[in-house]
Amino acid sequence: MRYGINADAARIRPFPGGSGRGVACRYARRYAPLVTMPTTVPAYGNEAAGRLASMADVTASNGALRRFLHGLPGVDAVGLQARAATLGTRSIKTTAKAYAIDLAISMIDLTTLEGADTPGKVRALCAKGVHPDPTDRTAPKVAAICVYPDMVATAKEALGDSGIHVASVATAFPAGRAALPVKLADTRDAVAAGADEIDMVIDRGAFLSGRYLEVFEEIKAVKEACARPDGPAAHLKVIFETGELQTYDNVRRVSWLAMLAGADFIKTSTGKVAVNATPPVTLLMLEAVRDFAAATGVQVGVKPAGGIRTTKDAVKYLVMVNETLGDAWLTADWFRFGASSLLNDLLMQRQKLSTGRYSGPDYVTVD
Amino acid sequence: MSERLAVFKTYKLYVGGKFPRSESGRVYEVTDAKGSWLANAPLASRKDARDAVVAARKAFGGWSGATAYNRGQILYRVAEMLEGRRDQFVAEVADAEGLSKAKAAAQVDAAVDRWVWYAGWSDKVAQIAGSSNPVAGPYFNLSAPEPTGVVAVVAPQESSFLGLVSVLAPVIVTGNTAVVVAAERAPLPALSLAEVLATSDLPGGVVNLLSGRTAELSAPLAAHQDVNALDLAGADAALATELETAAADNLKRVLRPRATDWTADPGTDRLLSFLETKTVWHPMGV
Repeated sequence: MRYGINADAARIRPFPGGSGRGVACRYARRYAPLVTMPTTVPAYGNEAAGRLASMADVTASNGALRRFLHGLPGVDAVGLQARAATLGTRSIKTTAKAYAIDLAISMIDLTTLEGADTPGKVRALCAKGVHPDPTDRTAPKVAAICVYPDMVATAKEALGDSGIHVASVATAFPAGRAALPVKLADTRDAVAAGADEIDMVIDRGAFLSGRYLEVFEEIKAVKEACARPDGPAAHLKVIFETGELQTYDNVRRVSWLAMLAGADFIKTSTGKVAVNATPPVTLLMLEAVRDFAAATGVQVGVKPAGGIRTTKDAVKYLVMVNETLGDAWLTADWFRFGASSLLNDLLMQRQKLSTGRYSGPDYVTVD
Repeated sequence: MSERLAVFKTYKLYVGGKFPRSESGRVYEVTDAKGSWLANAPLASRKDARDAVVAARKAFGGWSGATAYNRGQILYRVAEMLEGRRDQFVAEVADAEGLSKAKAAAQVDAAVDRWVWYAGWSDKVAQIAGSSNPVAGPYFNLSAPEPTGVVAVVAPQESSFLGLVSVLAPVIVTGNTAVVVAAERAPLPALSLAEVLATSDLPGGVVNLLSGRTAELSAPLAAHQDVNALDLAGADAALATELETAAADNLKRVLRPRATDWTADPGTDRLLSFLETKTVWHPMGV
């Protein structure tokens, strides 16, 4: 059992109006709903909106939202780093390693976000996504191809009916410094071109200067722009760019903020700044997702991105997911890696496991 | 005045320009020719071999792309450093091979001379291995030698220093990078050579030295898909056959072991064994 049931839980209202008041109250919020809300629903489903509406009081005004976010428990930085480091020491070998490698491949958002992207490069990447290892068709396909909005149509066409999603970054990626109408137009453009997933960036400037409601409303607006009149809405991933958020406390706050606003996935980074996904930050976001699911019954996915290059790193993240969220999250629907070079390392390790020989970069594609 | 405490040296591997312990944490006892203990040497594992190949591959671009003149200068610098630590190597070679001081000194001197001799070849090898070919057309047709890539070297077992230098120098002078398995029972001169290489402007990863069981280390190297050539100087007949079979998988270049007098003039044989010939056609113009 992952959570203990707090004896006091039944006596405390799940969602006290306004902000949390004191430690008992905060933790009660985490545990109480287990009694009242036994099932979790996916963030992209219809039911999720109703559950989020029950939290409407905390997002009623900037002040209320601020009080709520600042009422979240502070992060024990040393404990967090130690926990992340401990989870990184697990030894995953032989059959478990083979399983982890295939699982990691199937969770990759194979990404190309360069100014020099051409339709040819995107098509090549799509071909690689469908058959990551051309010499071994038992290798699973990746989860999605992640491109800029203008390449969505190309990727969509190249992927055909392979079942691989097309993810598109939007909202003036990677800086997010554009007016809201521009960001929404950017998003609608990508959705219209056929994107199955939208990776938006938050306005870090607004978040860091305390304009939480502005960030909240922006995420809500982008989520609405993800809707499609003639089909299922594109799933929304919200990028925090944690390397620019300064503190762990901010990461926890922004995680709750985005999940309250209706994010289907929360994502660490753009991959365009010096500090990208790190194990402690990802662990913190996983814990936020766990607490959010316990409090509201809404399941949200997590996507670390940037800087994950080796199989060893990827396996550490999978261990972290399993230990924090359990195997309900161990699928491509709820956990993704934003990566490009990671896939090659996974394939080389896969070849090593199947042939017994160490492989080399000559035996995987150069992207 | 109290007696000084003994300061024992911790011998370590040399991988990617750094001196790590074996990933496995293992060591083994190295003894002199009479069987008395000299030091503990790291007992490298196949994962150390894998890491060494990664380091060698990473260093290959820069080293093979450096000008021949620059490579020659760096190798000459290595010879200068060797000369400065002559006494240490004489002592280590004498212990390792059970030689007298004078005979060990002769070995070390020969090794330094050999290093200098090979260093001189860096900007001359193209003259003997390259050519301008006559063709039936208005083209210049030029063949030039290029380094093969990452070369795994099984160092000679009986000649721990002169033999090592004689197989290592010809590999790297032409721009290859090397992963060397030092002599199993006498690895100390090789591990000390690493300290010389690390202080001679030789980019990290160009030479990677591993000590341990020759058979344990050479098998994964021979099968490794990212190793381009194999020098089997220190492998016995049975092991050599096994390694050659493994090396056939990705068509590695293999230099078979043969009886060699390491003190004799080496000739250019080893130098030319790890080269590829690139031929270009160039229009002559009007």
